[in-house]
Amino acid sequence: MSTTDDDKPNGGNGTDEELHGLLAEFDTPGALIAAARKVKNAGYTEFDCYSPFPVHGIDAAMGIKATKLPWVVFLGGLSGLFLGTLMQWWMNAYDWPWNVAGKPTWSIPANVPISYETTILLSVLTTFFGMWAANKLPQVWHPFFRLDRFARVTDDGFFLGIEAGDKRFELEQTKQLLVAAGASHVEECSVDARPAARSVPRWIWAVMPIMTMLALIPIALVYKARATKSPDPHYHIFSDMDFQPKAKSDQPFAEFADGRANRAQAGGTVARGQLKADDGYYRGLGNGQWLSGLPAQVEVTPALLDRGQERYNIYCAPCHGFDGAGHGIVPERVAMLGGAWEARNLVERSSAVIKMPNGQIFNTISNGNNTMMGYASQIPVEDRWAIVLYVRALQRSQNAVESELPPGSEVR
Amino acid sequence: MATSSNEAADGHGEGGEARKVFRGITDDVAKIALSPTPKWWYPAFAVSNLMLLCLVVALYHLFTTGIGVWGNNNIQGWAWDITNFVFWIGIGHAGTLISAVLYLFRQEWRTSINRSAEAMTIFAVAAAGIFPIIHTGRPWFAWWLIPHPNDMGMWPQFRSPLMWDVFAISTYATTSILFWYMGMVPDIATLRDRAKEKWKQIGYGLLALGWRGSARQWHRYERAYLILAALSTPLVLSVHSVVSFDFATSQNPGWHTTIFPPYFVAGAIFSGFAMVATLLVPLRYLCNLKHIIKESHIEAMCKIMIATGLMVGGAYSIELFVAWYSGNAGEWFTFRNRILGEYSWAYFMMVSCNVLVPQFFWFKKCRTNPWIVVGLCILINVGMWFERFVIIATSLARQGVPGMWGYFSPTRWDLLTMIGSFGLFFTLFLLFVRFLPVIAIAEVKAVTPEAHAGKDHH
Ligand code: HEC
Repeated sequence: MSTTDDDKPNGGNGTDEELHGLLAEFDTPGALIAAARKVKNAGYTEFDCYSPFPVHGIDAAMGIKATKLPWVVFLGGLSGLFLGTLMQWWMNAYDWPWNVAGKPTWSIPANVPISYETTILLSVLTTFFGMWAANKLPQVWHPFFRLDRFARVTDDGFFLGIEAGDKRFELEQTKQLLVAAGASHVEECSVDARPAARSVPRWIWAVMPIMTMLALIPIALVYKARATKSPDPHYHIFSDMDFQPKAKSDQPFAEFADGRANRAQAGGTVARGQLKADDGYYRGLGNGQWLSGLPAQVEVTPALLDRGQERYNIYCAPCHGFDGAGHGIVPERVAMLGGAWEARNLVERSSAVIKMPNGQIFNTISNGNNTMMGYASQIPVEDRWAIVLYVRALQRSQNAVESELPPGSEVR
Repeated sequence: MATSSNEAADGHGEGGEARKVFRGITDDVAKIALSPTPKWWYPAFAVSNLMLLCLVVALYHLFTTGIGVWGNNNIQGWAWDITNFVFWIGIGHAGTLISAVLYLFRQEWRTSINRSAEAMTIFAVAAAGIFPIIHTGRPWFAWWLIPHPNDMGMWPQFRSPLMWDVFAISTYATTSILFWYMGMVPDIATLRDRAKEKWKQIGYGLLALGWRGSARQWHRYERAYLILAALSTPLVLSVHSVVSFDFATSQNPGWHTTIFPPYFVAGAIFSGFAMVATLLVPLRYLCNLKHIIKESHIEAMCKIMIATGLMVGGAYSIELFVAWYSGNAGEWFTFRNRILGEYSWAYFMMVSCNVLVPQFFWFKKCRTNPWIVVGLCILINVGMWFERFVIIATSLARQGVPGMWGYFSPTRWDLLTMIGSFGLFFTLFLLFVRFLPVIAIAEVKAVTPEAHAGKDHH
C-alpha cells in the first residue's frame, strides 16, 4: 500500500462494508496534540487519539475531563476499612468471642493491622478493575485493528481517529481537516455492515452458560455431602495425626505370631514402676488396709516435719489454707466470683480426715479424691509422707486442749 | 504486519528522528521476547529447573514424613523455614519501592528497571509464601487461615501477628501482581502487534485485553497507575513491619524491640536492591540493554544500598545499645550471646556483609565494574540472609531457662528446600525474561526527550 490509496477502504474485503471512520497518522506527539486541538475546536466529539505512550498535554487539547476513578477508589477503600473491621468484630468479638487471658474481646489497636490491609486491598481491587471497566476493556477487537498501519500505535505511531457517527463527520471535509492539521497519512476504516459479524459469535454465548453450570457441579457435590449423612468414614487425603504407623495396645497386629499388639514382658527386663513393690511405702497399704502407722522407710524427724510444712504450704495451702481449715485463696476466689466450691476442712474436730488412717491421706495426695486432683506426678513419695506428717501436726495443733500444753506455758 | 509501511515515517525531519528513537526502544525490548531463544538461556533455565526439582523432592519428603525431616527442634521452632520466609519477603520490597516510591518521587531512571524489579518482587513473594505454609506442619490445612464458615464453628484469631501476616502478605502479593500486570498491558500490546506467529498473536492478544493506546484510556490508566503507586507505598512499609511484629510482639529477648519495624523495612529495601542489581547487571549484557539500563542506574542502586546499609548498621548498634542501656539482664545476655556465643560466626558474617561490604560502593570503580557490583551484591544477600538467621536462631538458642537452650543444625532437607526456593525464583524470572517485556517500553519512551518534541506550537 502507499500514501495515496487514501480513498480505498483499507483492511476490508470490499463486500458489504460500512465506514467506521477516518484514521490520521502524525509523526510526533506535538503534532498529535496540535491536531487534537484543531479537531476539538472544529466541534467533533466522537474522536480519539492513539499513541504508544501517554502524551502529556493531550488531555487538555482533547478536552478530556478528569476521571472520577479516585472517588470510586476512595469509596472502595472506605468499604475495605468498614468490612475488614466488621469482619473482625463479628468473628472474634460477637459470633465466637475469643477469650485471650481474660482481656476484652474487642480491642481496636490489635485489629488495626488487618483493617489497614483490607482497606488497601479493596482500594487496589477497585482501582484495577474500575480502571479497566471505565476503559471498556477487555475488548479484544476494534475496527482500527483492521488497518495494518494501526499496529504502529504500540510502537512509534501517533494517530487520531474520527468516527463516522460524529454529527460533524463529512467524509471529504473531515479528511481535509485532518490533512490541514498536519497528518502525514489519512485513511478510511470500514467494518462489516452486518451487525452479527461484529458481535461476539453465537457459540460463545452457548458455551458460557454450559461452562458455568459445569463449574457449579463440584460446589453442588460439596453441599450435598454436607447435608447428607453417611456411615462411611471420612476420606483422608492426608491422614490426621491419630493415624500413626504403630500398633496400639489391645489391638490386633498380624506381624506377631499370636496376632496381638500386646507383648508379654521380656525375660530379664524391668518394667516402669515394677520396683515399687512395697505397698506400704508407695501406696499406703498394709494387708489390703490403709496403714494407720507409718511405713518403715519414714523416720519422723524435725527436719522431715519442716519439709512437710514447706511442701504443704506450696501444694495444699492454696486450697486448704495454711491452717488446714479449708479457707485457701482458691475457694476464696471462687466465692468472689459467686460460685460455691470448698476444699475440705482437714483439721476440724468433726472432720473425717481426723480419723482417716495415714495411708488414706497418702492415697488422697497421690490420687486425689472427687474434685481434688492427684499430686503423684508433682510430689515425690518421700515428700508426700512428709506432708501427711504435717497434716497430722496441723490437726494436733488446731485441736490442742490445755492439758496437752507443755508445762510452763499458759493459755491467753 | 507491523513493518509494512515505514515510508510514512521517513523523510519527515524531526518527526522521523523521534519515531526512530521510539522504534529503536520497541525493537530492542520486543526482540528479547519475540526472537529465537538465546543460547545462554537454556543452560541457565536447566540449572534453575534442577534447583526447582530440589524443591519438589524436598516438599514431597516433608509432606509425606513430617516436619521432623528438618533440623527444627523444641527450642529452635522457627529455624530455616522462617529465615527463608523473611529473606524472600524482604527481597520483594525493592521492586515495590522502585515501582511505587521512586515513581511518586518522579525518579525517571526507575523506568528502565521497574518492570524487572516488579517481576522480581512477585517471584520473591511466591518463594516466600511457601515457607510459612509448609512451616505449619500440616500445610493441607493452611486454608484454615482464611476466614470461612466451617464445621468447627471457629474463626481465625485476628489479633495474632501471624494472622496479620496472612493479610499483609496476601494483599501484597495481589497488589504486586495487579500493578505489574497493569503496567505491562501496553507493552504486551506491543508484542501482540509485533509477533509473527499466530499463537503468539493470540496469546499476547488475550493478555493485552485489546489495548489500543487511546488517549481517553491512557488518561484513566495513568491515574490508576498513580493511585496504585500511592497505595503500594504504605502497603510495602506495612508488610515488613507486620513481618517484624511476628517477632516484636513476642516476649523473647532479642525479638521484643520497638525498633524492629523500621529496621526490617530498611533491611528489606537493602537486600531487595542487592537482588535487583544481581539480576540486572548480567541481564543488561545478556539482552543488550546497556543503553536502556544505563550505568548511572546501576550506580544509583549502589548508592541506595550505601544508604540502607548504613541504616541497617545503625539499627544493629541501637539494638545493642538499648539491650545494655535497658538494664534488662535477659536482653543483655541474649545480645552478648549473639555476639560472643556459639553463633558469633553468623553474627560477624552478618555485620561484615551488611555494614562493611556496602562501604565499597563509596568508590566509583566499585559502582561501575559489573563484576565488583555483582560480587558485592551477592555478599549483601548472603549477609541479609544471615541477619534473619541471627535474629531467629541466636534469640531462641538461649531462652529463659537452660532447659530451653539449644543449637540448630540444618538437615539436608532444610538445604534442599532453600536451594529449591532459589530454583523457583530463577525459573520464574527466566520465563519472564524470555516471554514478557522486560523493560517498561511505553514508560521508557515517555521519558525520552523526543516524547516532548514539537509540543511548542500551541
Ligand atoms: C485445687 C485445690 C486443692 C488442693 C491444691 C488440694 N486439695 Fe485436698 N481437697 C480439695 C477438695 C475440693 C477436697 C474435697 C474433695 C471431695 O469432695 O471429697 C479435698 C479433700 C482432701 C482430703 C480429704 C479426702 C477425703 O477422702 O475426703 C484430704 C486428706 C486432702 N484434700 C488433702 C490434701 C493435701 C495433703 C493436699 C496437698 C498435697 C491437698 N489436699 C491439695 C482441694 C484441694
